[in-house]
Amino acid sequence: MTGAITSLRTWKRPPVLLKDPRWRWTILLGSAIYLVLAISSVEVNWFRVYEGLERGWKFIQGFLSPDFNSRWRDIQAGLVESLTMTLTSTAAGVLISVPIGIGAARNLAPAPVYMFCRSLITLSRSFQEIIIAILLVAMFGFGPFAGFLTLTFASIGFLSKLLAEDIEGCDSAQIEAIRATGAGWWQVVNYAVQSQVMPRLIGLSLYRLDINFRESSVIGIVGAGGVGATLNTAIDRYEYDSAGAILIIIIAIVLVVEYSSSYIRRWAQ
Amino acid sequence: MTEDTIWAFVADAPRQASDIGGRMLPPRWGYLNQLWQPLWDTLNIATLGTLIGVIIAIPVAFLAAGNTTPSRHFVRPMALLIIVTSRSINSLIWALLLVAIIGPGLLAGIVAIGLRSIGFVAKLLYEAIEEIDENQVEAVRATGASRVQVIDYAIIPQILPAFWGISVFRWDINIRESTILGLVGAGGLGLQLQSSLSTLAWNQVTVIFLVIVATVVVSEWVSAKVRRAVL
Repeated sequence: MTGAITSLRTWKRPPVLLKDPRWRWTILLGSAIYLVLAISSVEVNWFRVYEGLERGWKFIQGFLSPDFNSRWRDIQAGLVESLTMTLTSTAAGVLISVPIGIGAARNLAPAPVYMFCRSLITLSRSFQEIIIAILLVAMFGFGPFAGFLTLTFASIGFLSKLLAEDIEGCDSAQIEAIRATGAGWWQVVNYAVQSQVMPRLIGLSLYRLDINFRESSVIGIVGAGGVGATLNTAIDRYEYDSAGAILIIIIAIVLVVEYSSSYIRRWAQ
Repeated sequence: MTEDTIWAFVADAPRQASDIGGRMLPPRWGYLNQLWQPLWDTLNIATLGTLIGVIIAIPVAFLAAGNTTPSRHFVRPMALLIIVTSRSINSLIWALLLVAIIGPGLLAGIVAIGLRSIGFVAKLLYEAIEEIDENQVEAVRATGASRVQVIDYAIIPQILPAFWGISVFRWDINIRESTILGLVGAGGLGLQLQSSLSTLAWNQVTVIFLVIVATVVVSEWVSAKVRRAVL
């Protein structure tokens, strides 16, 4: 770091990252080449964009003067569906992911069970909700039931993974102490592990509730029910005032869920 | 929820599943050759979108952080509102809107990813700004530095590692999201997915799924590597 000091009056700030100038230049040059290639491969029909700006302005107006009334019945039905899907799928997800999470914790489960549960988690996590929804809608037909299954499946991967990591991070002295009293496997889980991971499990479930609501407003686009389907219809009909109303309701519910869940999480931990 | 469900379809599900599985299973590998261009488009949507999002998110984060905002009562709530709006609307919904406004294509996808990223990056960045060491700010200010110089010399060096970490993390998420944006017409792999689904070409759908999973795994690996290097 201490190079030859040429003059006390000039000082150059040392680079924070990438101390080696060769690396800095290679990365800079590479990014520049990539940017040129990437931007030149994006075809933009500026005429279409220009025409669309008017529609964009209409949408902003619709967002500022939302129309809650004319489609209220559809919006209400969509919201009820979304909220039902959110709650039921989170509950089902938590119920299923507790045993899977325990099975995926290396300190509690034997190796074959561990491998099996880990592969279940990887399977569930590697696909996006939307892709799972496409498949499940094809299998179970349109409607919120497919959405419920999608969100449950996605919740399992998320919750089990984080739960398993939390169990693996448990204080092993407490587990050892309970085991030393002659406790069986169930008793170890019940008395040593459960008491340590419970606050975190509550927090994770609430966080997943939050995510599930956000997702439930999207998977309707591929036919899995919920308010997303209503929103998609509103945009397809160019009813931007109704679409604005739906978006405002989604934002408001997300805010309420997020703040109340962070409040409860702080209380639980 | 249950009253609208057509139970005949649910009862039918195992048969449907095996039917779809049977159609998916010999994947049509020849289709892979048509996927390189959409894959490149998907990467561009994610990268350029992240770039736009990050560039807008930086000023928003400085306006939203309690210790750098010019006014706590007016500017800060506005910046927080931008963050919340951007965060609560999924990128697929942004894409749906933008396809209707500026027409289908890559641009809609890039802007959708950008708009969605603003909230995420700005939120994490302003939390990082609020957690900086105030002593360094004080020290730089004591030399007679101006507001901009304080930000440049005291704050930026402290948040730079967090900034790169957040950006790469968001890029990783964006790769994941941009693979499906095409479903609503915003270009990339999702567009191929949509056309294969609507022609019921399930053996092509399998190939697309595999490409998506491979892309996601690679981007996760890159992002984990970079984050370990900077943080």
